[in-house]
Amino acid sequence: MIDLAAGPVDLLATRSYYAGTFLLLGIGAYVMIASPNLVKKVIGLNVFQTGIFLFFITSAYVDGAANPVLEHAGPYVSPLPHVLILTAIVVGVSLTAVALGLIVRIYDEYGTLEADVLREVRTDE
Amino acid sequence: MSDLVPFLVALPLVAAVVVLFAGLVRDRTGWPIAVLAGLGHVALAGYVAVLTFGDGRISYVVGGFESPYGIELVMDGLSAAVVVLIAAVSLGILAYARTAGPRSNAFYATYLLLVGGLTGVVVTGDVFNMYVFIEISGLTAYALVASGETGRSAVAALKYLIVGTVGASLYLLGVGYAYIGTGTLNVADLSVKLAEVGHASTLVQTAFAFIAIGLFIKVAVFPLHTWQPEAYAGAPDSVSGFIAALVSTTFAYALVRISLDVFTPAFFAEVELARTLLIAGAVVSIVAGSVLAVSQTEIKRMLAYSSVSQFGLVLAGLAIMNETALIGATVHLLGHAIMKGGLFLAAGLIATATGAREISEYEGLSERMPYAAGAFAVLAFSMVGVPPTLGFVGKFYIALGAVQAQLWPLAAVILASTLLTLAYFARLVERMYFREPAQSEPEPAATPDPQPDAMVADGGRPSLGMYAAVLAAAVLAAVLGAAVVPFAELLDPTLEVLLS
Repeated sequence: MIDLAAGPVDLLATRSYYAGTFLLLGIGAYVMIASPNLVKKVIGLNVFQTGIFLFFITSAYVDGAANPVLEHAGPYVSPLPHVLILTAIVVGVSLTAVALGLIVRIYDEYGTLEADVLREVRTDE
Repeated sequence: MSDLVPFLVALPLVAAVVVLFAGLVRDRTGWPIAVLAGLGHVALAGYVAVLTFGDGRISYVVGGFESPYGIELVMDGLSAAVVVLIAAVSLGILAYARTAGPRSNAFYATYLLLVGGLTGVVVTGDVFNMYVFIEISGLTAYALVASGETGRSAVAALKYLIVGTVGASLYLLGVGYAYIGTGTLNVADLSVKLAEVGHASTLVQTAFAFIAIGLFIKVAVFPLHTWQPEAYAGAPDSVSGFIAALVSTTFAYALVRISLDVFTPAFFAEVELARTLLIAGAVVSIVAGSVLAVSQTEIKRMLAYSSVSQFGLVLAGLAIMNETALIGATVHLLGHAIMKGGLFLAAGLIATATGAREISEYEGLSERMPYAAGAFAVLAFSMVGVPPTLGFVGKFYIALGAVQAQLWPLAAVILASTLLTLAYFARLVERMYFREPAQSEPEPAATPDPQPDAMVADGGRPSLGMYAAVLAAAVLAAVLGAAVVPFAELLDPTLEVLLS
């Protein structure tokens, strides 16, 4: 499907959203692994998930198509991925809430949000 | 009678809401309501399973949107067996949790939500719907792990949350690839359309890779298992029993379902690399999980690493992909839930009575707690695979399947797994039965307890319900091996469909 003869520049220009998706996935994964701060890890998790949301939304995009509302003349943008991602966003929000709740408890218990400090404190347990 | 299928999911979810509201009126009403819901769930699951084994396949279309457009709920022999397991084990652990577990209504509401989520993963016939149920199960499992009173359980839950979410997200990404390729999310429809796209296409292979790796994280296949020991060891005893028995089991079921129903054996025949991925995951898990289990000093961590190794076996059964091995994988999947759930509950029971959470503290246990030690030993031997226990039959079928498929290296690893399992269980049994306690027996109240929980505060006397749950698991593990042959016959039509 991808026209490889078009060259990498054209490819990036026409698939910029897909490139953006995987940039977000990479950044999110990096923050989750590299940042010692627990809150930043959760932010990384959110960025990672947003990358996947963007991936789905991009897949629904049809060049020059109208909103999936019946008064417009076709072709329509596929509405299904939007609905799916709406669900996934709700899941993501609940996950963030639970994660932040846990972080509050960890802070109450150990008085730190840094993963490496936490590890040192917990060796005494 | 396919109308009953959605009630399997709805019943625990509605009961969870009832528990929450009852908690507004009176404290500690959670347990009786949860037991009632559990009994109803077992009865319903049993009835639906009987119907399913009669018909072969039950399908229910949610909201009247015909498949493949709407969400479909599908039951076949495999899902019926797993649903019955979920209902029965969750009810059994309620008996244990009455005195052992956290007692708030919020706990029981979350417990029921997790039962509902797991049932949903099993019955759904739609890959995105499965993602939603995976996340419901995930969220509630994180919350349950965090229900311990110590900071340790909060840290364990956060780690579990971050790693588990990445797993579910990768699964979602894989579903996205499959959706872009085919425009459908229905399992039955996907299998046809993926074949039309061509199994060799990069799109389909990428979809499989993401879904498989995502579920590997959820199942805790080495080296993606890192969340698991922490989560199992940090959770309260009844919760570790519950999630060790059911959560990874359900996700392993999901992996079997996706591999055989969505991607079909034809995909694995064409794409050798996909099968290699499964086999590699299996072999590495079996060996590394056992080695790590041997090196542990804490009982619950050791049992957690043992799960890594045992799920490697289930994965091996899937990767071999013939009927014998699949029967073995199913039996070991169900059997592992009973055995490992029982072992965690037994470890909790022993810890409640004596405060022993380390392997060295198990010395001479058979004199102090003969029943608990006996149950622990029976479950351990079943896990090792001593005939005629349940653990033996599962491993035997998987090994036989490997021999039939002439996958000799894999067969060797599977056989070796028995010895590897023996390596970490034998030393425990030896300590319990053949050694005297190192010093004069300390008073239970004076024992330093690294993880004080509600039960110890109550005086440290295990209840009848705790004993009943542990002994029931031990008896089932010892006896159910005999039931495998008729069960395999029941499962036969389902596996033929799965493998075609």
